[in-house]
Amino acid sequence: MSTLTTLAADIELAWWQQTTLRSLGVMIAVLIPAGTLVYVFLFKMMSFMQSRLGPMEAGPYGSLQLLAEVGKFIQKEDIIPWRADRKLFAFAPYVVIASVFMIYLVVPFGPDAYFVDFDTGIFWALAVSSVSVIGILIAGWSSANKYSLLGGLRAAGQLIAYELPMVLAVVGVVIQAGTLNMQGIVAAQAEGEIFGFGGIGNPFVLTQGIGFLIFLIAMQAELTQTPFDMPIAESELVSGYMTEYSGLRFLLFFIGEFASAGAFAAVAATLFLGGWAIPGVDLDADWMNVVGPLVLVAKMMLVAFLVFWVRFTYPRFREDQLQQLAWKILIPLSLVNILATMALKVAF
Amino acid sequence: MTVTERQQRAYVDAQAADMRVAVELETDEGMTLNLGPQHPATHGTLRVIARLDGEQVVWADISPGYMHRGYEKLCEVRTYPQVTTLVNRIDWLGSFANEVPFILASEQLMGIEAPPRARYIRTILFEMARVANIVLFLGDLGVQLGAVTPAFYAFRDREHVLDQIESVTGGRFHPNFDRIGGLKDDLPKGWIADTKAVMQRMRMFCDEIEDLLFGNEIFEARTRGVGVIPADVALSYGLSGANARGSGIDWDLRRDTDVGLAHNEVDWRVWTHPDGDSFARCWVRLQETREATKIIDQLCDGLPGGPIMAKVPRIIKVPEGEAYVATENPLGEMGYYIISKGDIGPFRVKIRSASFSNVSVLPWLLRGVYVPDIITILASLYFILGDIDR
Amino acid sequence: MSDATTTEATGTPEAEAGDAAAGAEQPTAPADEQREAMLATLTAALGDRVVGSHVVPGRELWVRVAREAWVEAAETAKLKLGCTFFDFLSAIDWMPSPWGRYEYSALDLEGGIPRPDPTAEIATGYAGGDTRFQVFSRLLNVRQQHSVMLKADLPDDDLRVASLVPLYGGANWHERECWEMFGITFDGHPSLRHLYLPGAFEGHPLRKDFPLLARLVKPWPGIVDVEPMPQTDDEAEGDTPDGNGSGAENEGDA
Repeated sequence: MSTLTTLAADIELAWWQQTTLRSLGVMIAVLIPAGTLVYVFLFKMMSFMQSRLGPMEAGPYGSLQLLAEVGKFIQKEDIIPWRADRKLFAFAPYVVIASVFMIYLVVPFGPDAYFVDFDTGIFWALAVSSVSVIGILIAGWSSANKYSLLGGLRAAGQLIAYELPMVLAVVGVVIQAGTLNMQGIVAAQAEGEIFGFGGIGNPFVLTQGIGFLIFLIAMQAELTQTPFDMPIAESELVSGYMTEYSGLRFLLFFIGEFASAGAFAAVAATLFLGGWAIPGVDLDADWMNVVGPLVLVAKMMLVAFLVFWVRFTYPRFREDQLQQLAWKILIPLSLVNILATMALKVAF
Repeated sequence: MTVTERQQRAYVDAQAADMRVAVELETDEGMTLNLGPQHPATHGTLRVIARLDGEQVVWADISPGYMHRGYEKLCEVRTYPQVTTLVNRIDWLGSFANEVPFILASEQLMGIEAPPRARYIRTILFEMARVANIVLFLGDLGVQLGAVTPAFYAFRDREHVLDQIESVTGGRFHPNFDRIGGLKDDLPKGWIADTKAVMQRMRMFCDEIEDLLFGNEIFEARTRGVGVIPADVALSYGLSGANARGSGIDWDLRRDTDVGLAHNEVDWRVWTHPDGDSFARCWVRLQETREATKIIDQLCDGLPGGPIMAKVPRIIKVPEGEAYVATENPLGEMGYYIISKGDIGPFRVKIRSASFSNVSVLPWLLRGVYVPDIITILASLYFILGDIDR
Repeated sequence: MSDATTTEATGTPEAEAGDAAAGAEQPTAPADEQREAMLATLTAALGDRVVGSHVVPGRELWVRVAREAWVEAAETAKLKLGCTFFDFLSAIDWMPSPWGRYEYSALDLEGGIPRPDPTAEIATGYAGGDTRFQVFSRLLNVRQQHSVMLKADLPDDDLRVASLVPLYGGANWHERECWEMFGITFDGHPSLRHLYLPGAFEGHPLRKDFPLLARLVKPWPGIVDVEPMPQTDDEAEGDTPDGNGSGAENEGDA
């Protein structure tokens, strides 16, 4: 956060104090969306869709349920299976969580409200999102459980397969924006024009509609949500790669799942819906540092709503059908999308 | 060796001796995966042992019996009315339907015919058991395939059927209502109107499920072509009910035999599907549920008056003889072969339960399928553990 | 009758072979003739190995065959009578149970648990029978809706019979259950092992001389815990064991 940095420089905070503040800031920035997503979508929206109320006891309308669950998980016994590889078993959840945190680093919340502003922001985001695959594989292998192994292997295949459509969908966005920088992409959408009409800017969801859909589907698969939840597959593999995890480690996976849903939703909102900017508002205004995060969170909730809505409705694909969808349908489609974007970009 | 290692070794040895199948943890030829006995996909304690090559099943074996309660032995020490209570619990989701063939067989041996009103109400409750059972199947089908939401709709709407059953018989799950010669009680006031409203609601539920689940492309991709059972294999393994009709066999015991229920007096049709895959079986069950609601409506409309119980002696002694009566239960053909020696209780009861034969086809069927398809096949064959294990 | 029989089955495949039995329209009057015709077919195929038969008109046909002809009888039923549906297979133990209905306490038995009397006359059922154990199976023709119940006697000292697994795949599990419950060996069965019972189980539970242990351990009807019924007001004064009187008028010393 650059304003905070300048502020901190004025107050003469030591470097370690600044780092602590920044780390706390990242934790809050990551955990609050995760908690909100869990409450709104998992506890309430899912329940309402299933014609029931959901948690109502802990706090008003069950809002503190997640807090209660966190407390419950933290105080549980630390169980590691007898034959499991202890070090790897303990290590896996942290890999997944680390990958999620790293995605949040490059998401801009406002003109000056960001953690890091890489020139290759979106490239970084896509790269580190693949780190969680390693974590899942480690979890599946080290659990010494055949169900976990099956889940981990399925996850490896699926997550790697769906990286490609995601990347290719983003390529279309990058071509249109002309930059890999996340702030640059936000600016391109806010100040761009659709065939000469500049009233609402150029939110890429309109001009890159196919890319948006591909990105959503690939995102669903990257999050291992139904209909792509073969790695978890609750009715077959009990919990897939998470079967043997309990207590704090399971909590890390659980929070990681929703935090990464938030992270991907934020990235999608930035890439396609315009990020923290509102069309017609000055991009450098200082008060956008306060309003921007709210706008981004609203757009993030919208994307997350789509993700979870599909999750609670559809049955799941079989592994080979999943792969067929990725390789035979999504990748060719995204390549066509790139060609079309290039052609139109050059022509106009 | 530490204590835990010894215990673990002993456990593995016991399991191996149990099945006479060596339970290897890792081999070169493939991995042995144990689905069950505790597993979300086997409706109860059924153990499926599958040897996998990657994700494909090389061979599979089924080990039932974790719920074996010894029904046939228990029936030998009970009197005829006591058997009704016992027998409710074989197929516990459509439990009235379990009592019916036994009562009909006893009535056949005694030469008693239940009065028409009792016959009609028996058929109504029989079909309601079918509706309750299959509605849960439809909800559970979604869960097995990953769609968690239809299950809640199924349970919510099924409650209404159970409420109706409870208001007549006093029990939601185990009515224990059928008696030799008739029924225990008559219908309460206003029951018929309520039931027709409930049946209308079930029809709406069936439409909802058809939209939500059967119209879904992912569902079709998961179930079409999966677990195809040709008709001759189905017959030789004794598959009955929707499993047989899903393979194109046009056979329904309600239409084809006259055992003493009132199906012949209403207008309904039998649904078959030629494909023989999981989709066919599930689809046939959906249509049957709709058909059952129509049957109930027609029976409610034409309900005759009269007594609810024929004249039977207080202590029921069934004369000597043997009889076999089978009815089209929600799960398939369920029959009781009663051997009576003129005593107050049966001499031998052979219970022919539908799921026993349905599940026996699994070792043949599961060769070469993928692991997710095992779940689909188990879901579409639809068995209840109490029915397999008796 | 109704028009419920007119169904348009969507493309029922002609999968059964050898449908030579007489087609029946209504299952009432010609049922006897139909079943007699079936019996005649079986007798023609098996000759004098059909040892007994019984027909309940309109209901069922029982045919008892010699043990050696068990598979051939099933084959005749499958090919000549079109009974391709394997309903079930099980066994009957005709000996009356030495414990009756267990309506006594085992502790009250003088002389211990009674042993079965091997010389006692065993009464068998339809289609006769000479031995204690009989194996029986029902085969069904789903096109013409007729069925045949085959029975075969098994001598006490040689409880074996040929397996029907080569003919019907479904016989596999039924025969396994029969073996573990009665001790009847099926020659030619691919793997005769326990189905329901754990591997180390000793004994054959459905035999009549295998006791129902629960009833021996705890006598029937067990502890009878009956709450006293609430009595009417006139009788209740001073009589109700629990303190709650049934109504305000009950001023008695409850």
